[in-house]
Amino acid sequence: MTVEYEAVIGLEVHAELKTNTKAFCSCGLSFGAQPNSHVCPGCLGMPGTIPVLNRGLVEYAIKTGLALNCQIAEYCRFDRKNYFYPDLPNNFQISQLDLPIATKGSLEIEIGGVKKTIGINRVHMEEDAGKLVHQGNIMTTPYSLVDLNRAGTPLLEIVSEPDMRSPQEARMYMEKLRSILLFLGVSDCKMEEGSLRCDANISIRPKGQEKLGTRAEIKNLNSFRALERAAEYEIKRQIEVLEEGGQLIQETRTWDEDRQVTLSMRSKEEAQDYRYFPDPDLPPVIIDTAWIERVRETLPELPDQARDRLVQVFNLPSYDAAQLTMSKDILDFFDACVTEYNEPKSVANWVMGELTRLLNQSNMEIKDSKITPSSLAQMLKLLEQGTISGKIAKVVFEEMFTTGDSPDKIVKDRGLVQISDESAIQAIVSEVIDENPKVVEDFKNGKGKAIGFLVGQVMKVSKGKANPEVVNRLLKEELSRR
Amino acid sequence: MKLYQLTVQKIGEMLARREIKAQEVLESVSERISQVEHRIQAFTTLTLESARDAAMDFDNRGKITGLAGIPCGIKDNLCTRGVKTTCASKMLEEFIPPYDATAVNKLKTAGAVMVGKMNMDEFAMGRSTGSSNFYPTRNPWDLTRVSGGSSGGAAAAVAAGEVFYALGSDTGGSIRLPASYCGVVGMKPTYGRVSRYGLVTFASSMDQVGPVTRNVTDCALVMNAICGYDCLDSNSLQAEVPDYLGYLQTDIKGMKIGFPREYFINELDEDVKNAIKKALLKYEELGAVVEETSLPHSKYAQPVFQIIASAETSSSMARFDGVRYGYRDEDAQEIAEMMSNSRARGFGPEVKRRILLGTHVLSKGSYEAYYLKAMKVRRLIKDDFDRAFEKYDLLVSPTTVSVAFKPGAMTEAVCDILTTPANLAGIPAISIPGGMVDDLPVGLQLMGRPLAEGTLLKAAYAFEQATDYHLRTPVLEV
Repeated sequence: MTVEYEAVIGLEVHAELKTNTKAFCSCGLSFGAQPNSHVCPGCLGMPGTIPVLNRGLVEYAIKTGLALNCQIAEYCRFDRKNYFYPDLPNNFQISQLDLPIATKGSLEIEIGGVKKTIGINRVHMEEDAGKLVHQGNIMTTPYSLVDLNRAGTPLLEIVSEPDMRSPQEARMYMEKLRSILLFLGVSDCKMEEGSLRCDANISIRPKGQEKLGTRAEIKNLNSFRALERAAEYEIKRQIEVLEEGGQLIQETRTWDEDRQVTLSMRSKEEAQDYRYFPDPDLPPVIIDTAWIERVRETLPELPDQARDRLVQVFNLPSYDAAQLTMSKDILDFFDACVTEYNEPKSVANWVMGELTRLLNQSNMEIKDSKITPSSLAQMLKLLEQGTISGKIAKVVFEEMFTTGDSPDKIVKDRGLVQISDESAIQAIVSEVIDENPKVVEDFKNGKGKAIGFLVGQVMKVSKGKANPEVVNRLLKEELSRR
Repeated sequence: MKLYQLTVQKIGEMLARREIKAQEVLESVSERISQVEHRIQAFTTLTLESARDAAMDFDNRGKITGLAGIPCGIKDNLCTRGVKTTCASKMLEEFIPPYDATAVNKLKTAGAVMVGKMNMDEFAMGRSTGSSNFYPTRNPWDLTRVSGGSSGGAAAAVAAGEVFYALGSDTGGSIRLPASYCGVVGMKPTYGRVSRYGLVTFASSMDQVGPVTRNVTDCALVMNAICGYDCLDSNSLQAEVPDYLGYLQTDIKGMKIGFPREYFINELDEDVKNAIKKALLKYEELGAVVEETSLPHSKYAQPVFQIIASAETSSSMARFDGVRYGYRDEDAQEIAEMMSNSRARGFGPEVKRRILLGTHVLSKGSYEAYYLKAMKVRRLIKDDFDRAFEKYDLLVSPTTVSVAFKPGAMTEAVCDILTTPANLAGIPAISIPGGMVDDLPVGLQLMGRPLAEGTLLKAAYAFEQATDYHLRTPVLEV
């Protein structure tokens, strides 16, 4: 008899916060800036410097804690995590060990119409390290260069309960968490740039068993896809080990994107002793109810609320609502567009369809796009009025995306106005039928499909501008006359 | 009297009346340094050239502040912009900070003239200045004895007339011990009273910057300049800074003074004990109420201090790795080796010993037994003080168990037993000249409630005015 296994997945997510300044000094944050241009004696770990807590970091942490339904601690504290690494200026990281700022929260995911609550164990504040830059391969490089721009960037570590049971659930959790952070405006959440990072704790156990199996921690998951694929691989690997009569060991593994496998980094026995202790340079953080309430008042609409609104107010299918609430920028775009053109489903289709396609194609964010909610609304009006056809609309839209010109201008400049004049279309129809006697014969012999070819020809001759409805009608009339 | 022999207060008055020039004062000090420094070895770096510029500036258009135009020394663990800050360690032998410590910055703002950086135990870890990577600082009263530590350079230079005052730092007695051995006044303010920004960390939860001066009035003058909240030090106190000169009165009638019996320990030298008893009688004569009291947990202070200070140090010293600044081993082939070798060769044995101890007490399996337990006892030590201060305005004890000892003496292991409690409790304490034994100074320690530096200065001033110990100076054959 074969055992049926169940996966148990918990995620540790690190989100870089976009506060004005670093966590413990007054340096600004930077991505891609000149190396070591955003540093000061403090974040360089110079002798005699003392960390000073950024109030903005605490505010962002409270905000995030509240959005994740957490309890906010009245009293929390910073601890030092001690380890030597050249990108860590003090050779300790300021973090929170046993008194984190927020605990006991949850978020909801939805798979196939079924909702599931995933517990959040804790949210804590910490600082990021810098980066090492190598010439070529890390093993063969003659030297390492240290860039400390990122050192001291504030991070939230968000630790879930081991409540996920499949790679898909893990992905959904991660996507939901990302959208919540984006709605809060606390992080850019760019996984490819590392401003949102994820480690997955994965174990398996026979279905029905309460006791957790031996877990592996998977690192280096730089995309939703990597998370899902790594989890799939790891579950399969663990099942294979057990089925071959082997034993799993508690270890840290890394995801090899090229080979699509997880590889062992170190076992539990090799794990470091970080010698955590309370940071004597930083007094405890006391958060009173009034502060929490002030932050609560600033909470924006969150993805779940927005999704419900789109379903209830605009009557959108829940799939559309979920897509449009993946990020705050997309939702804002949708909302702005609907104010100018009150056909929500149509707007949703264009945002989720053409716009998303073009953005993905050019690897852009919606907020960087030359298409504005207003220009999309104008184009949709032209479409509704029959000034342009649906087919032409796609052409106009691409042009808007590339040049940023208004749809009116594009339609005018390129003479894309739809031809609805029946006499003009009739002339083309007659011409096309005359030129294609074979096709006409096929049609007469019952090949209904033949009409599609004729429509295509008419559109071609009219350079796509003929009103397709009129073309269809006139073609049918003309064919019946012949 | 030569100019270098006067006090800060006196020189300040003369400069204010334009009777003398700051440049003359500096030349007097400079001459004295050239005569005695090779025997005292109080400095790690001399900055006479920039001091001359500062003195000239003062003479041309300086504002009168009480400290303006007056030469001083800065312990070499306080960062000085553009001037080497070595912590008397090979690790930082060539380190030039691009910033000033807040206390240094405040002195500069007050127009102080820095003549150099003062020798110390390496990274302030020691009680004799014997662990300096450069040379030990000798005691001006007897060159065969230690100056005390870790601010030995500061205290010896003040006593020998090489500077009028100096800034030191005190983590477990590092200002008070050398002040006691060198017969000068040394104040460790309340934790957080003076900003720690720019003070190279020994133990963050206890480090305090404070003055070393020739008398109590000078101490008050320097305190006026260096105290106050600083947004660069998260543990800095927001409390208002009073004018400490206002506390200098001789009338202490009715003041309640306790002497904790646990501070008159077995290791205490009999002659020192008698000197302190005499001092207590003097306080009674002055109208104070002097009673025996008890601080039962203070006897655990030294081991508790060792554990906590080492733990903090093991982490804070980790930044010295040769990567960004400081000593770097150039022979290493790869980075872990470079970091490891730089530390192995850059730190002296005492620093390494404390890092090892601290690493041990924070390790899995030791944390609860050592660090956590020490933190609990620390609380009890502080509670004892809180209770005592419900009854007494201040507590008096010997500063240390003996007069200045000779290098290598066993005394070194126990000499900070009476100073560490104040650091663990975060309270202010001052050591003043309280007697003489065999022509060597004996320090009298006064401890007060948090932020009660004024009360300490008042009691210290009253004692000083009624005695002449502070007027005695070491005889150094020139």
